[in-house]
Amino acid sequence: MELAIFYLFASIAIVAALGMVVLRNAVHSALSLAVVFVALAALYVLLNAPFIAAAQVMIYAGAILILFVFVIMLLSPRVDQGAGALKWQRPLAALCGLVFAVELAIVAASALLPTERGPFTPERLAEIGDVQAVGALLFTDFLLPFEITSLLLLVAMVGVIVLAKKR
Amino acid sequence: MTLDPFMVMLLDVLVKAIVIVVALLGAYAYMTLAERYVMARVQVRIGPNRVGRVGPIAVLQPVADAVKTIFKEDFCPANADKIVYTLAPGLAVAIALLAWAVIPLSPPLTIAGYTIHFYIADVGIAALYLLAVGSLGVYAIVLGGWSSNNKYSLLGGLRSAAQMISYEVSLGLALVGVLMISGSLSLVDIVEKQSPIWNVVWQPVGFVLYCICAVAETNRVPFDLPEAETELVAGYSTEYGSLKFALFYMAEYINIVTVSAIAATMFLGGYQGPFGLLPGAHWLLLKIAVFIFIFMWMRATLPRFRYDQLMRFGWKVLLPLGLANVFATAVVMVLLGR
Amino acid sequence: MLTVNHLIFLSAILFSIGAVGVLVRRNPLIMFMSIELMLNAVNLAFVAFARYLQNLDGQVFVFLILTVAAAEVAVGLAIIVALFRQRETIDVDEASILKG
Repeated sequence: MELAIFYLFASIAIVAALGMVVLRNAVHSALSLAVVFVALAALYVLLNAPFIAAAQVMIYAGAILILFVFVIMLLSPRVDQGAGALKWQRPLAALCGLVFAVELAIVAASALLPTERGPFTPERLAEIGDVQAVGALLFTDFLLPFEITSLLLLVAMVGVIVLAKKR
Repeated sequence: MTLDPFMVMLLDVLVKAIVIVVALLGAYAYMTLAERYVMARVQVRIGPNRVGRVGPIAVLQPVADAVKTIFKEDFCPANADKIVYTLAPGLAVAIALLAWAVIPLSPPLTIAGYTIHFYIADVGIAALYLLAVGSLGVYAIVLGGWSSNNKYSLLGGLRSAAQMISYEVSLGLALVGVLMISGSLSLVDIVEKQSPIWNVVWQPVGFVLYCICAVAETNRVPFDLPEAETELVAGYSTEYGSLKFALFYMAEYINIVTVSAIAATMFLGGYQGPFGLLPGAHWLLLKIAVFIFIFMWMRATLPRFRYDQLMRFGWKVLLPLGLANVFATAVVMVLLGR
Repeated sequence: MLTVNHLIFLSAILFSIGAVGVLVRRNPLIMFMSIELMLNAVNLAFVAFARYLQNLDGQVFVFLILTVAAAEVAVGLAIIVALFRQRETIDVDEASILKG
């Protein structure tokens, strides 16, 4: 059952990801990417990470991609003119990508995974709650990185305002 | 005969989902009728009267509307992006319906040893799920506006994207206060914890904030800039007709019911009665009905915001207020040692 | 049985698709989207290992990556808009001169 659900959403994600790269219209690409994000969110639910799943849909699909769509529409959507000077590089790039994927798969398959396990078994997670567990970690062990992200967001905000402001 | 528990669960979910969808479609049909009567009343008009103004015959008005809508020409503008143009209205309705998976309608009921829960799923992240699903709603409008290949539609779609993203932030912040005092993201828990006293007593600012943002999220007056008839013709739905337009319309009304149900669940005790009186679905329905009436009342009385006013109000008033509310809630909770 | 290898393979495939996307497309918006896809593939690997190791550090990392991605997209899109204002085109091959 678990495996069937995985294959369903994995194939949706792969097809949509290919669609994003292949489709000529930028809005169609963005839509494909939205499908990838939602399929991945479904996989996160399957992997006992509902908090990440919700955050994925909210931040990636709901905020980041909407920003993309907004900019695509703002910059008067024209159909991509194609590769131009780089046309001959396309099959080469696809080949490189394929080799890269096989390489990654081989490395992943041959890697030795550690056998020691942490304290968060699925039963324990169900008992204390996934959000509570991640939240507790964020505010104890990972407090400094968490605070730094807030600084990062502030810097990004200032940067964007400076960049986008009319001179 | 023994039943496979998985099949029982599947059947259970399916039946509930179908009941909720049918109920919401019925609600949509009669909300359009109610809205026309309410607006007519406010504007001292008679309102719809061709089918029959009073008595049981008036109930057929939505049927007449539906027949009229279905028999209109299904039109697709030249150079429109056909796939996206067709997809957008369906997406709008689907996303509007999604939120209902986690809203508890009534306390559990036990019949013949089988306990019926009146929600489709009680997930630990229900409140986050609502926000996540809500954030997807903007896609339908933006895509509908863009694919129509019309300047008015595109402007309406872009306006709506900016508006919905801006007000989503404050909407989320308004709910954070409730989540803090409940200590849970599950809507079932949140409702149960409001048994004697509703959350609105502790979170009055959050409640008002939520209500304002909810109106903006549903694109209703006074925040109906994306479809402003007088300046954008009808915004993103200009090029839509027949059933596709009806779907957009349906999504808008289902969204109104949804945000009303969320407001009732988070702040007004959901299915809990005042002071713990007779909990049951009737309270939730009553609360939703009151909210819906207020939506219609506002549409009949209020003028529209100007776009810059809308943005300034969202970012410079609602957002700081939401942050201050979260901060104050945290300080009070620490002082009370909760 | 769903093993960690299934997920890592999926992650590898998605990452490669993203990498190819950066190579073959000349529209900076789509290249940028491809980079987001690569980030997502990494997130999937993190969540997969978090489940396998029964340790939530991976999920915390994903949360931090989400934040970084949001900041990155905001700045990146602002740069693309600035580029468009400057040159009236957003083809990356046209933007090969540093000054101007």
